[in-house]
Amino acid sequence: MRGEAVESTVQSGTAGRSVLLDLLTHRMFRVWLYLAMALTVLVFIVPMYWMLTASVKTLGEIYTFPPQWVPTSFRWANYSEAWRSAPFGRFYINTVIVTFFGVALEVVNACLTAYALAYIRFPGKNFVFIALLATLMIPLQVTILPNYLTIASLGWLNTYQGIVLPGASVAFTTFLLRQHFMTLPKEVMEAAIIEGAGHLRRLVSIVLPLSKPMLVTITLISVVAKWNDYLWPLIVTNKVEMRVLSIGIKYLFDTEGANQWGVIMAGTVFVVIPVLALFIWAQRYIISGLTAGALKG
Amino acid sequence: MEVAGKGQVPAARGRRVFNREYLIFLAFIAPNFLLFIIFTYWPLVYQGYLSLVHWDMISPVKRFVGLENYAYLFSDPDFHRVMFNTLYFTVAVLVGSLALGLALALLLNQRLRGRNFARTVVFAPVILSGAAVGLVWAYIFDPNYGLMRTILGWFGLPPIDWLGSPAWAMPAVIIVYLWKNLGYSAMIYLAGLQNIPAELYEAARVDGAGRWQQFLHVTLPQLSPVTFFLIVTTIISSVQAFDIISVMTDGGPVGATTTLIWYMYEQGFRAFRAGIAAASGMLMFIILLVVTLVQVGWLQRKVYYE
Repeated sequence: MRGEAVESTVQSGTAGRSVLLDLLTHRMFRVWLYLAMALTVLVFIVPMYWMLTASVKTLGEIYTFPPQWVPTSFRWANYSEAWRSAPFGRFYINTVIVTFFGVALEVVNACLTAYALAYIRFPGKNFVFIALLATLMIPLQVTILPNYLTIASLGWLNTYQGIVLPGASVAFTTFLLRQHFMTLPKEVMEAAIIEGAGHLRRLVSIVLPLSKPMLVTITLISVVAKWNDYLWPLIVTNKVEMRVLSIGIKYLFDTEGANQWGVIMAGTVFVVIPVLALFIWAQRYIISGLTAGALKG
Repeated sequence: MEVAGKGQVPAARGRRVFNREYLIFLAFIAPNFLLFIIFTYWPLVYQGYLSLVHWDMISPVKRFVGLENYAYLFSDPDFHRVMFNTLYFTVAVLVGSLALGLALALLLNQRLRGRNFARTVVFAPVILSGAAVGLVWAYIFDPNYGLMRTILGWFGLPPIDWLGSPAWAMPAVIIVYLWKNLGYSAMIYLAGLQNIPAELYEAARVDGAGRWQQFLHVTLPQLSPVTFFLIVTTIISSVQAFDIISVMTDGGPVGATTTLIWYMYEQGFRAFRAGIAAASGMLMFIILLVVTLVQVGWLQRKVYYE
């Protein structure tokens, strides 16, 4: 960048003094950029730091003003207290079950539909495709009331299938996979056809192995979405033992009262840590998946 | 492309193969579409019906009242407030995530040391639970011992009772929503910036354009499809924002953060007014429908002109 600045001044034929000035303003500009970046990092990292430190602060440390930036006494008891005040063990089990089955169903459903749309002949395929895209306009949030009534009439309130099934078909994942399948080389497929492989075998032994990165991406996005889901599980469960983590911390907040910030922050750490670990481990896949569609659309 | 298309196959067998293909197609899409019918399409129709009745969600009788629920909503000052809140929230989130998202993308697109770390940190809140983020910020906004009080103090400002005051609760919720979701628009803008051909900037420099002019005449126009995409997705997702509001304000104080989705939830699951809840759900659907149709129309025009 510095080279460019010098080049452009040389090109426009200004005197040496101005080149020096240009270099200086360029330096200053870089300093400002670094300052802006540092500020940005602080804005995004301080709340997370605040959560982590408060989770090991004593009540005395929390109720001081000005606040204590570095905790001095690590009160790990906040964690055991949070774990005891609300059945977090149960919340974890519920969240893991709901996330696992929700993701598995969503991904299998998406693979089958995406394969059909990309490779199997059907006269009304465009209509099917539009019917799929149209569901993007009708998120579960918009129809919670009738969906609640459906689940209630099936007797599925406070059950795992009640939480999982309405979210087990997702148009966005299906759409992403279908777009990806369309880009796979035709030749591989033709070889399989000559061998006489059926559609299911072609999907499992050819298409899916060629789509591994995309599968990882949609799986991770789905895991994050299911893990954090809030409104739907809130509505179809009312027993504490059927709650998931995201609702569990609200429950902890309501039972502890807004004074026990240390305990409450320990509870939020329970919710956030698994997803944060997943993100740090596989951020490339997650970001590419969540931003996909923006540039093609 | 398939056996039937090769021509050596007799016509009758070809047709049979074709029909089998159709059945296989239907079998493949069946699980997904069965769920779509039960949990997406049918509920919309049923909700349309429910929006035309009076029902307390318990009694066996649903009394048909025509458009009365809609008439009630349009004439109710409380609901006007709800629509105002929804608009306030959506517009603030939209402007904030476009302007700040672009600024962040421009910054993180510079060749700076540590920018990958900065990108990670900016994006991380996007994948965190909205309920957890809301609680962390409820603590930060604590009027007596919250971090925000300290920060306001640095600028000589008095403490604010963020979540307890009808005037400040909405800005607080908006700040949290933006903090959580800014990484998304920043990353999308960043991808957009990286897609702009370098030759365009070179050409602009040859014409004597400075940094600012390059931004105005190359960067912004080149980013307009990305901006359009972000406008649509931001509106669609902000209309559905629920968890942060639920955790931080519970729609209050005195309805100050009651948006359309919160109102629908409250009417349906706390006041048990199924008809009113269904009617507001239908209004939400209409908003999403209009936004999507505008997007489809715009995309078709774009394709047409290209």
